[in-house]
Amino acid sequence: MSGKETQDKTGVAADWPLFEVFIRSRAGLEHKHVGSLHAADAAMAIEHARDVYTRRQEGVSIWAVPSASIVASDPQEADALFEPARDKVYRHPTFYAIPDEVKNL
Amino acid sequence: MKAALTAIAAAGASAGPQRQAHIECLLRLGDTSLVLGQRLGEWIGHAPALEEDLGLANLGLDLIGQARLLLSYAGELEGQGRDEDSLAFLRDAPQFRNLTLAEQPNGDFGHTIVRQWLIDGWQLQLYDALQGSSDARLGAIAAKALKETRYHYRFSRGWLVRLGDGTAESQRRMQAAIDGLWRFTAEFFTADESERLMAQAGVMPQLPPLANNWLAQAEADLEEATLGHPPAVPYPWQGKQGVHSEHLGHLLAHMQHLPRTYPGAKW
Amino acid sequence: MYTQALDTHGQEPAPAARDLSAQEQRFQARVDAEEKIEPKDWMPDAYRQTLIRQISQHAHSEIVGMLPEGNWITRAPSLRRKAVLMAKVQDEGGHGMYLYSAAETLGVSRAQMMQQLLSGAAKYSSIFNYPTLTWADIGAIGWLVDGAAIMNQIPICRCSYGPYARAMVRICKEESFHQRQGFEIMLTLAHGSADQHTMAQDALNRWWWPSIMMFGPSDADSKHSAQSMRWKIKRFSNDELRQKFIDVTVPQAQYLRLTIPDPRLRWNEATQHYDIGPIDWEEFANVLRGNGPCNRERLAARRAADEAGAWVREAAAAHAARQIGRSPHMAVNPQARFA
Repeated sequence: MSGKETQDKTGVAADWPLFEVFIRSRAGLEHKHVGSLHAADAAMAIEHARDVYTRRQEGVSIWAVPSASIVASDPQEADALFEPARDKVYRHPTFYAIPDEVKNL
Repeated sequence: MKAALTAIAAAGASAGPQRQAHIECLLRLGDTSLVLGQRLGEWIGHAPALEEDLGLANLGLDLIGQARLLLSYAGELEGQGRDEDSLAFLRDAPQFRNLTLAEQPNGDFGHTIVRQWLIDGWQLQLYDALQGSSDARLGAIAAKALKETRYHYRFSRGWLVRLGDGTAESQRRMQAAIDGLWRFTAEFFTADESERLMAQAGVMPQLPPLANNWLAQAEADLEEATLGHPPAVPYPWQGKQGVHSEHLGHLLAHMQHLPRTYPGAKW
Repeated sequence: MYTQALDTHGQEPAPAARDLSAQEQRFQARVDAEEKIEPKDWMPDAYRQTLIRQISQHAHSEIVGMLPEGNWITRAPSLRRKAVLMAKVQDEGGHGMYLYSAAETLGVSRAQMMQQLLSGAAKYSSIFNYPTLTWADIGAIGWLVDGAAIMNQIPICRCSYGPYARAMVRICKEESFHQRQGFEIMLTLAHGSADQHTMAQDALNRWWWPSIMMFGPSDADSKHSAQSMRWKIKRFSNDELRQKFIDVTVPQAQYLRLTIPDPRLRWNEATQHYDIGPIDWEEFANVLRGNGPCNRERLAARRAADEAGAWVREAAAAHAARQIGRSPHMAVNPQARFA
């Protein structure tokens, strides 16, 4: 893609937008982020994702999401967002002392 | 028809014309894939976007794969000890049976897309029909190739529409490509004696009836792409019979130079 | 492939003695603890710039690297070789994509990087400025150039920057077939006819030293390695990796019954390594400066592709914009990025 802001008569920049690509590697597993690519439109994004990220049968399903559409948390807020979960150890089964003799718990 | 084919097989070498027609039909499919794959190989590293380098390479890889299956089969049927490579690298232009369209130069990306879209449309019709071939091996190759071709068609049709309905320049270029290449479609569905023989044996579909399906689809695509096609040109291109344009000789000189320079060498 | 220690040619701030700010100290502590740095995390500007430079050079190397090998796709001597080569060159393009994608998480756009490549401002691995003259060169590139690349790249799989490390994991996984197919070509030629053996030896003669140079200047002349090591962008020195490559490659050449073009090459009992003759650093510098045999051709080919493709990219963008007009839910904002 040429870096100069090539514009056609409609005033559209020729640099295609960025998409994030998520691949489901096989049925039963979730889609996982694998990288990004550029495409002019949604159909092209799927084709590019297929050609770039599934050349070795890495996937059975593709999501391509405009990068601009992803809302992400801010690492600066990581403490506020994630630290408060740290002391809630009672959410984990190992928190509870149960005698070994008791089965099926 | 199955019986007819079994009879051919059983008769072995004595079924001369039948077998010859069968080989002809395999070469027409295989050579078209090979020559088109060879052309796409010229693009890699030079495409309009990095993503398209990968896309064109994927089409090329599928086509080379189809060529290998079809040429290997043709060589076996022929029974003269020729494998995929001796057929690909040691035949001269008049022995090649590809559609004349496949050998046309890449031109700009628009030409490449139009050539691809036209041949994809042809292959879609053929491979779809060939799934029901009385020749089970050919039917299996066609079933595999059909999946690939559906993707190729999605790709080339998508680009046809984007570029046709893109900018004024892209529309001009696309229309020029169609005006230049449409004339080669005349040989798509004309059947000669080989194809008629094989249609009778159920190996190949009847070609002329497929033309209408193809044309209807092509015209729908063109309409969406805001493009049109010129009237049919009566010049009877006969790549399928081995009478090619000037371009094939150059393509082969390039492709075949190593095996020709070092006869008998293994690579 | 194909990163090479090109980082010595950029301008990194001298870091060593300077006092680190509290923020920088926290950053360095995370790196020291082998924590990965992710795109939105705070990072020193010099770290960001070093990564942008290294990853984009690496990406450029991949796509310029498509050209010398692509030169033989149409002339591969069998259909199997043609398919393999096409798939391999395609992979190099894919690797370029993974890397551009990783670099883009650092706030630089593909268009900017491409502009730097096309203007000649950005560097790429010097090896691709050598020509592929015979089919054996395709074997030599797979065997030597990809071999050297793998040696260089495996440590980067543990790079401190997450997106770069992840791209490298993917690349290294895919690259193992590249080296093996190259060796297979060499093996077939070396054990083939006399003509083919000559072709293989000639390719080794031409590609050996450029491959050795792929590891970059010797440690004594490598100015910025220390900071890159501290940031865990780099894990081994140029000379360490080079030696490792030589040690594994010499026995492979012996197996091929080919002669490495270095009369001073010897096994050193004391060090348990091979010693080699002097490297022609003048040639290396010259090729990097743009005076290699194919520098002009490579850049010209990339520029031609970019220029010839401009109308295609514009048309696709225009078509997409019109589609949005027809159905607004398809709108894609090209500006923003989540990372």
